[in-house]
Amino acid sequence: MKKKTVLKVLLNLFFVFLALIILLPMAWMIINSLKTNQEMFKNSLALPAVPQFNNWVKAWNSGLYKYFGNSLIVSGASLLGILVLSSLLAYGLTRFQAKGSNVIFLIVLGGMALSEQVALVPLYKILKAMHIYNTYWALILPYVAFRIPFTVFLMRSYFIAIPRELEEAAVVDGYNSFQIFLKIIVPISKPIFASCAIVCLNHVWNEFLFANVFLESKALMTIPIGLMTFKGDLRADYTTMLAGIIIASLPMIILFLCMSRQFVRGLTAGAVKG
Amino acid sequence: MRTKKYTPYLYMLPGCAMVLLFVYIPVIANCVYSFFRLSSYSSGMKFVGFDNYVRFFTNETFWIMIRNNVLYCVISLIVQVGFGTVVALLLESKLAGRFQNVFRNIYYIPALISLTAVGLMFTFVYEPNLGLLNSALKALGLSNWTQSWLGDSKLAIFSIIAMSQWQFTGYITLLMVVAFQNISTDYIEAAEIDGAGPVRRAISVMIPLAKEQLLVCSIITIIGAFKLFTEVYSTTAGGPGNSSQVLGLFLYQNAFLHDDLGMAAVTGVFIFVITMILSIIQIKVTKSGEV
Repeated sequence: MKKKTVLKVLLNLFFVFLALIILLPMAWMIINSLKTNQEMFKNSLALPAVPQFNNWVKAWNSGLYKYFGNSLIVSGASLLGILVLSSLLAYGLTRFQAKGSNVIFLIVLGGMALSEQVALVPLYKILKAMHIYNTYWALILPYVAFRIPFTVFLMRSYFIAIPRELEEAAVVDGYNSFQIFLKIIVPISKPIFASCAIVCLNHVWNEFLFANVFLESKALMTIPIGLMTFKGDLRADYTTMLAGIIIASLPMIILFLCMSRQFVRGLTAGAVKG
Repeated sequence: MRTKKYTPYLYMLPGCAMVLLFVYIPVIANCVYSFFRLSSYSSGMKFVGFDNYVRFFTNETFWIMIRNNVLYCVISLIVQVGFGTVVALLLESKLAGRFQNVFRNIYYIPALISLTAVGLMFTFVYEPNLGLLNSALKALGLSNWTQSWLGDSKLAIFSIIAMSQWQFTGYITLLMVVAFQNISTDYIEAAEIDGAGPVRRAISVMIPLAKEQLLVCSIITIIGAFKLFTEVYSTTAGGPGNSSQVLGLFLYQNAFLHDDLGMAAVTGVFIFVITMILSIIQIKVTKSGEV
């Protein structure tokens, strides 16, 4: 019994130690974002004499608010596109026993195996030819296309499990197939919609490669590339930059802490990194 | 239900069109590009056969990139998948206590931060004069351990790899925790009745029953290693020299700095072949539910 208590304490100390490895760099960054540059240069481990919340305001005003707006527009539109197109596709695949739907599913699923980098150069040319290079669309369309395979994969397995009787009752009521989708399938699939939305949002919000290549003007940049331009714009103003990194990271962390259950379900249903 | 024959296809059409237009066609075009010399500023292209391939495989950085991508891959497998799974087992053990969810969530937080933000953050952590790492070493009286973490050509790639372990180990831990939670308690109780201790239970009951998820975790880690780009771009940009160069960054630099789209395309094909093979295995595994 006593041995068990000792082990318990040791194990929890180990967990605390790991948590410190994760949290210390973040805490260090937060502390330094509240210091003056002189204080940081003198000793980056010390606490600030007076917390400089002004750094956060400065970071926000030196362009971050604009990048935030762009990220909201791009993520919102992409998310809408991903959910609408994927759910329609999954509905068509699962509820009609249509000929060839297995082949279509395999082709869509195959898209999961194709990485963004392989498509990068031709996509750049295609977007230029479509005259949407350096617009929001240059991000939204590829984001939607690249997230559909994974989202269809999740939604399909959910839709398949919905009992057919529900639809049959609706047909008696005179519903057409689109009304069935809208009034029956979508409402009972809310959990999978939430999970897909959250996983896709995490991906789209943090995406860097496409955003870096398909946008040119600063006025359109999303947060991840905006942060990179901070590096050049602020030069030696380290503390403001740290504040910017923190502000940029907060939304997803807060969302996770509020909705960790949906996060976990979405992540584990289809593990895809990056 | 009375529906026209083409109705289901109408539902499938928009999504399929998007995937074909923006995923499949570019990937196929990339394979075609790899046999041509072309520029992003003009539409002309000249057929050069396997010239781009020869230039790619004989490039002086080719073996540096392979070494760096493979190093990243092997270390990530050991730390993220290996150690991450051990942490998941410990979190699920009876000794863990009631804060296990809190720890699990804390470990997962870095995976929520964008790669660029983590990259920028670690350029500060690794900064030789005022960075957290060297400052902490000095404060602990270990001044001779201090290094120019990202500025030393021998260390740079390892510093980047360490940063990724910090960011993604908790992600794998979370995935494995859920896999372990999905194991029916009957199995574990049965093993307990048979007199199996906690270590024995982990090795002969929990790991085998979660092997599917373990394989998926391994494969996404390997694929991630060969798609590596932002982590390097935002910290060393491949430097010092070419010492931390990786395939993904090489592709980007050739396409958008050196305007050598043919070379970028070959690099793409190379990444494509590696990630495709692994993804097919992953899809097979997740679909069939067995290894």
